[in-house]
Amino acid sequence: MSAELPVEHVAVAVVGGGPSGLTAATALAPVVDGEVRVIERERETGGIPRHSDHPGYGLRDLHRFVSGPAYARRLTATARDAGAVLETEAQVTGWDGERRLLVTSPRGRHVVEADAVVLATGARERPRPARRIPGDRPDGVYTTGQLQNLVHLHHAEVGRRAVVVGAELVSWSAVVTLREAGCETVAMVSRYAHAEAYAAFRAWGRATHVPVRTRSRVVSIEGRTRVEAVVLEHLDTGERTRVECDTVVTTGDWVPDHELARLTGLDLDRGTRGPSVDGSLRTSRAGVFAVGNLVHPVDTADAAALDGRHVADGVVADLRGVLGESDSVPLLASDDFRWVSPQRLVSGQRTPRGDLLLWPETSRLLPVVVATQDGREIGRARTAWPAAPGRVYRVPASVVSSADPAGGPVTISLRSTDLRRPPPRRAPRAR
Amino acid sequence: MTTLATVDVAVIGAGIVGSAIARDLAGRHLSVALIEGRDDVGDGTSKANTAILHTGFDAKPGTLESRMVARGYHLLGEYAERTGIPVERTGAVLVAWSDEELDALPGLKEKAEANGYDACALIGADGVYTLVPDLGPGALGGLTVPGESITCTWTTNLALATDAVRRGAQLLRGTRVTGVESHQDGVRLETARGDVHARWVVNAAGLGADAVDRLFGHERFTVTPRRGELFVFDKLARPKVPLIVLPVPSSRGKGVLVSPTIYGNVMLGPTSENIEDRTATGTTEEGFDFLLSKGERLMPSLLEEEVTASYAGLRAAIASEDYLVDLDADARYLLVGGIRSTGLTAGMALAEHVVGLLGATDLDLTERDDLPEPPRMPNLGEAGVRPYEDAELIARDPAYGRIVCFCERVTAGEVRDAFASTIPPCDLDGLRRRTRMAGGRCQGFYCGADAASLLAQGVAQ
Ligand SMILES: Cc1cc2nc3c(=O)[nH]c(=O)nc-3n(C[C@H](O)[C@H](O)[C@H](O)COP(=O)(O)OP(=O)(O)OC[C@H]3O[C@@H](n4cnc5c(N)ncnc54)[C@H](O)[C@@H]3O)c2cc1C
Ligand SMILES: Cc1cc2nc3c(=O)[nH]c(=O)nc-3n(C[C@H](O)[C@H](O)[C@H](O)COP(=O)(O)OP(=O)(O)OC[C@H]3O[C@@H](n4cnc5c(N)ncnc54)[C@H](O)[C@@H]3O)c2cc1C
Repeated sequence: MSAELPVEHVAVAVVGGGPSGLTAATALAPVVDGEVRVIERERETGGIPRHSDHPGYGLRDLHRFVSGPAYARRLTATARDAGAVLETEAQVTGWDGERRLLVTSPRGRHVVEADAVVLATGARERPRPARRIPGDRPDGVYTTGQLQNLVHLHHAEVGRRAVVVGAELVSWSAVVTLREAGCETVAMVSRYAHAEAYAAFRAWGRATHVPVRTRSRVVSIEGRTRVEAVVLEHLDTGERTRVECDTVVTTGDWVPDHELARLTGLDLDRGTRGPSVDGSLRTSRAGVFAVGNLVHPVDTADAAALDGRHVADGVVADLRGVLGESDSVPLLASDDFRWVSPQRLVSGQRTPRGDLLLWPETSRLLPVVVATQDGREIGRARTAWPAAPGRVYRVPASVVSSADPAGGPVTISLRSTDLRRPPPRRAPRAR
Repeated sequence: MTTLATVDVAVIGAGIVGSAIARDLAGRHLSVALIEGRDDVGDGTSKANTAILHTGFDAKPGTLESRMVARGYHLLGEYAERTGIPVERTGAVLVAWSDEELDALPGLKEKAEANGYDACALIGADGVYTLVPDLGPGALGGLTVPGESITCTWTTNLALATDAVRRGAQLLRGTRVTGVESHQDGVRLETARGDVHARWVVNAAGLGADAVDRLFGHERFTVTPRRGELFVFDKLARPKVPLIVLPVPSSRGKGVLVSPTIYGNVMLGPTSENIEDRTATGTTEEGFDFLLSKGERLMPSLLEEEVTASYAGLRAAIASEDYLVDLDADARYLLVGGIRSTGLTAGMALAEHVVGLLGATDLDLTERDDLPEPPRMPNLGEAGVRPYEDAELIARDPAYGRIVCFCERVTAGEVRDAFASTIPPCDLDGLRRRTRMAGGRCQGFYCGADAASLLAQGVAQ
């Protein structure tokens, strides 16, 4: 069938027009010979910020603080001005061979053949079924993404009393959206011992007081037509309580949209579940790169955007045929972290912003990070910012700069002697 | 009270069984009403099953169920080809995990033969792993059942009901039957919306069949809902499960299977638990724990995949081990009850059987020769070509290129068609059963809000 489909050739195809994809296209369009095309399935480019109508975007890439929709519009305009072609209402549904993308849009079914592909498909929050929460199946259970869509784009009603599952950065964003929609958050539920991302959130000046049930999980949802209650269980005592509510928002717990990566057989990282990448954001396949939340679920939009800027060098080198196969050292996360990104480092290679990204499983006020290779400590760093579950923790990539390119994997861990303390009342300034 | 309809035959229940019966009867010189208590057809047990087109290899030989399943398998298979109901001829393998189960396999092969099914073959452990390389360790041997197939229960129910309506049957949705008055030449059915007068009544009310039966003055059986909980795993798991993997049935029931679904997912389930509440279609902690422990054994790598959905269906179990189909000529009433775990497959055969039983009555059962063609159903199956992949279709009508549900690749054209169809949906679940809209892995993260507004527009039309 695909033999008869029209084929359009481009130099670079960027799949996904969120902050990371748009910024990659902006960086590539002026320097690449040939078309740089962003393929986006929504009617408009911009990604998640389009319906995230609150300030909190653009700090590190645009050096200003704007609302999600304003940020989305701005990145879109910049990409277009740079000469990128933005094809919207076009979904990449699969592959038709190496670097050949199958695309469906109202303009037809076609193949986009590219010299290099940048995957920028983002991440989604795990919805209720994926969290395996049993019980009734009433209305009133949303992810944050759906909630913001409903409230900001569709101006729909939500309930009056919500339970927010999760206490990540995005969870607080859900609380704010609920409040705007006239819905009180009666409890937040976190499996961690501390309300992990609260401090960072306060730093954005949007603090609200919500009781957080730490070390807890949701064991069931009740209500035949509309949510009536959730049952919570304390992870240590096993004690159960029933909390009456009419709305449940399952927040965070991100899973990358890795369908295309898997369909073409890219190596996936077990921790991020996204494609495994090196410092240039190249995947296990030559000519295929991955950026944004697809590779680190989930960081802020500005960080995703800066990935887009960073990937351009690798893509250009690849197009010129100078990105050879070089040995790389695998990076592994210890049990202190769920994942580390990137997962491989070629000697001398820079990472986006010169950082390693890690997703902490525990809290540390003044963390000390240690890198070991073949049983030997090769680097150590202190950070002035805390490590806490529910948001990305950055460490200068210099901790691994003295890794032996011919040696075994490098493991990143937190120094075990560090005292565990609750997060500070006041967060350090965002970098 | 207002009269909603005056017909030759009223069929109560628009599940698979009632819809098949109404369709068959409407193809004759009869007026037919299909009465459904819920707001949509196929919103009871027929929406929540494992959707396997059974050969009937493991039925109890000699029972009505055995005959109906074997016959229904062919009838539905052939009807599916004419209407476009998706069917994938995957085949199945029963896998033995203990010596006791291994010893039971030859007996099951003989039982299949007694049911008229000759295609089963015994295979060793190697054969099992060749068929399903991702199966967990410890399988000892298997029995293949090449004819077992997967289908779409939603499309089947909708096709049968649509066909019935196009043949002239009157569909009354949101019309629960609450009372019955038999008189000499017919029956008056009371519903909240008015009366239906019929010369004959067929009770195909599934979980509600015993209640309706009592309205006719009988006191002969009780439906015990037998809950079956299921997990649906992400489409990315589909390559791991190329065919239906069945457990060896034991005295404790049929056990848990792993199967591909027609939508390209993988299903793990069902549980089997007798309960009281006929509306308890929620899932439970115990059910989930049980399924996960079974999954751990059957295919550990499956549990690493994302769960896309979970749900529970209620089998209409009764004390007798067979279907309960009975004609009460004095009351002008026919019961089709106890269609517990094979009714999707058997539905069309049951319709044929019902027509046979009614042959001895005053109804004119000659077939009409002016029947409309059966409906062509939208294809919800992954094996066939879906509209989003059909270049010619999109070129003719760009609405089929506008994807509105990214995960399931449902297009605006299909949503539009559903609302313009003979039996349009009235809620999101109904839209999902007709298009797969919002049934995918994001569960509304991306499209949930759009789906809600599309629905509001569609329902308003
Ligand atoms: C509720 C919420 C609040 C947030 N608040 C903030 C905040 O205040 N500040 C902040 O900095 N960050 C915030 N974030 C995080 C931020 O939105 C993300 O980090 C950022 O959007 C990631 O960008 P991305 O380009 O990687 O992915 P996305 O923004 O997810 O973009 C991916 C794009 O790819 C498209 N796509 C996917 N698959 C395909 C395909 N097959 N074919 C075509 N197109 C495809 C999608 O439609 C989407 O547009 C928030 C996130 C959420 C959910
Ligand atoms: C977990 C599970 C797995 C299964 N797997 C399979 C399988 O793989 N293959 C297979 O062939 N079968 C399978 N089955 C069985 C199959 O789903 C059922 O046998 C079939 O759906 C029964 O159809 P029905 O029309 O009799 O009942 P239903 O679909 O329940 O229809 C009965 C209808 O009657 C209506 N009704 C009830 N009372 C009244 C009233 N008073 N007035 C008006 N309307 C009323 C109800 O609302 C309902 O819509 C499975 C069942 C379950 C639960």
